[in-house]
Amino acid sequence: MAEMTISTPPTTAAPPGETPGKAPRGGRRKAAVRRVRRRLVHLLIVLIAVTFLSFVVIDLLPGDAAVVVAGDNATPAQVAQVRTDLGLDRPMLVRYVDWLGGVVTGDLGRSFRTGQPVTEALAQRIPVTFELTIIAQVLALLIAVPLAIYSAYRPGRFVDRTSMTLGFGAAAMPQFVFGMVLIVLFAGGLTSILPATGYTSFFTDPLGNLRTIILPCLTLMIAEAAVYRQLLRSDMISTLQEDYILMARSKGLGPRTILLRHALRPSSFSLITLSGVNIGRLLGGTVIVETLFAIPGLGQMIVQAVFNRDYMLLQGGLLFVAVAYVVINMIIDLLYLVLDPRVRRDA
Amino acid sequence: MRPTTPQAEKAPTTAAPGRHARREGFEDGALLTVEDVHVRFHTRNGVVHAVEGVSLELSEGEVLAVVGESGSGKTVFTRRVMGLIAGSRDTEVSGTVTFDGITLSELDAKGLSKVWGKEIALVLQDPMTSLNPVKRIGAQITETLILHQKLSKQDANARAIELLRSVGLSEPERRVRQYPHELSGGMRQRVTIAIALSCSPRLLLADEPTTALDVTVQAQILDLLGDLQSRLGMAMLLVTHDLRVVRSRSDRIAVMYAGRIVETAPTKDLFDSPRMPYTEALMNAVPPITGPNHVRLAVIPGRPPDLLAPPKGCRFSPRCPYAQDRCLTEEPPLRDAADLPDGSAVEHSYRCWYPVGTPENAEARRVNVERGETAAGTPVTGEMVPA
Repeated sequence: MAEMTISTPPTTAAPPGETPGKAPRGGRRKAAVRRVRRRLVHLLIVLIAVTFLSFVVIDLLPGDAAVVVAGDNATPAQVAQVRTDLGLDRPMLVRYVDWLGGVVTGDLGRSFRTGQPVTEALAQRIPVTFELTIIAQVLALLIAVPLAIYSAYRPGRFVDRTSMTLGFGAAAMPQFVFGMVLIVLFAGGLTSILPATGYTSFFTDPLGNLRTIILPCLTLMIAEAAVYRQLLRSDMISTLQEDYILMARSKGLGPRTILLRHALRPSSFSLITLSGVNIGRLLGGTVIVETLFAIPGLGQMIVQAVFNRDYMLLQGGLLFVAVAYVVINMIIDLLYLVLDPRVRRDA
Repeated sequence: MRPTTPQAEKAPTTAAPGRHARREGFEDGALLTVEDVHVRFHTRNGVVHAVEGVSLELSEGEVLAVVGESGSGKTVFTRRVMGLIAGSRDTEVSGTVTFDGITLSELDAKGLSKVWGKEIALVLQDPMTSLNPVKRIGAQITETLILHQKLSKQDANARAIELLRSVGLSEPERRVRQYPHELSGGMRQRVTIAIALSCSPRLLLADEPTTALDVTVQAQILDLLGDLQSRLGMAMLLVTHDLRVVRSRSDRIAVMYAGRIVETAPTKDLFDSPRMPYTEALMNAVPPITGPNHVRLAVIPGRPPDLLAPPKGCRFSPRCPYAQDRCLTEEPPLRDAADLPDGSAVEHSYRCWYPVGTPENAEARRVNVERGETAAGTPVTGEMVPA
């Protein structure tokens, strides 16, 4: 998330020798600090709630991690031994507090199944899912925003109707169906220009990386692009009814300036919110796509951890998803400060 | 910070009135000519005839007030004059609008945008909504300067500060960095006026520029507009529902009712001898400042007509205290008041079969008071009809 910088809005050049900009800037910084502080408290509460709940649920689920780890042919004594080794014989609350203590010191424990440190497993999985999520979001916005702007400018015309029909079709199709259609088209069915499954790291082979993530990203992106287009289009259409747009027209400004400089920013609040929610959701939930394209991401890891009753790994995964969700929403919150000067004063 | 002047110390432009060169081949006369303008909206419920055959002229430097109730079509008319309302699938427009020899009603969007903001500017009713909430005041002023006057960013910014000072805003250097929500309503309207005047337009369309403001601020803004108008020598179309507003601030008044001009006259003539009963009723609805307290205010009975199904005959007949049978069937044309027995006014015309101040009108009033209702069935009491 570090590379996501918050840009300042375009400003007119201040006259030299004057510093009238000081006051609003300072106000914005103060508002930002206030928001971050409030979100951090929020984050703490969310994290404790999420991790505790998952502890409880795992505990209540039928099945036993010790049985899974000990293997099919283990004797009851062996299973009991494994249980003691893993610390599973202790009460649930004790285990939870123990785990929390580890989290504070940066130790998320080890996977029951493989013995791999959970932090290491996360470090392998997170970049993969992160790459998928961000590229899919960027693609969705790149496609949706121009289409939405043009559709709002000429509602009911060709671009609007066509993109709406295609979008609804795409959004109505289950993700894995769309993924399979892509595989048939590009990876083994009609053509074989792209690999159907697997993942190559960007650092070992950038081009190979691109080839492996194109189809998963397209699969993730399509429904979101359709929703984004629809959302921005309708917000934009209502913005275009505003008096200040009439005023902008009466100044003799061209449609380009009016759409991009006057109407886009005030129309983008719901889009930004939804996009933030989606990024947070996708970071933990690209399971279907990861499974379909055999991509070793976070979603796949979490699902496997559930099946294996590998609760250390699961806890680690859930912890990351919760942190990511809150942090992204915090960034969105800060983005409002940039987008809408009115927010800076209240709150 | 520089010392601030509460009132304008410098006009927004350095040029004197009348500096605009006349266009080649442009005959001496009106700056703006509106001929038989119609605007019809096709809605699900039928056709709304918002503006119906309006014609008027505006000379250079003249202030014409367009007065009417809400729903009389004055806003639609203003926007059509400017070209902001154009014909489309559900909007039907006709008639011609000529500005300075250019037929605006024939220009496309590109042609219009060269006139908008530069030659013709608009001030809207509510400054709370007519400024972009997410753009700084400065940027909203400089964009026209950069577009039309090709100023550099620095020059435009300096000019914006100068403009803000000329509309009486204190601390203009700080204002350009502020956002609209940081200013009060009166200050915002000053900003929109500064924007409108930034390129020294020759015609300003002010659509109820003070309606959304506090009463105490209204007079200030109107005085500012009047002051700038006479200093710049620009023509102004001042749209309002408030007759008091225009009495001392306009050269001529056109009264609109149900999409039509029902009376037009030089301001003094209109106040001295209104001919159209609707104008008279509007004047009576203004409480006299010098009158006694706690006197029932005269109101116009009924509601403005439904433009989906306007009344037959005279549009005002259902609410008119003088209405006779003829008013219900035949619509009166716009007639010249000079033809009346006591009419001496120039350029005073009205739409009425029984114009106020004539023997016909007195007779109509007598008949209606006697039968207790007008021909349209509106009850009439002696109190309601001024003697």
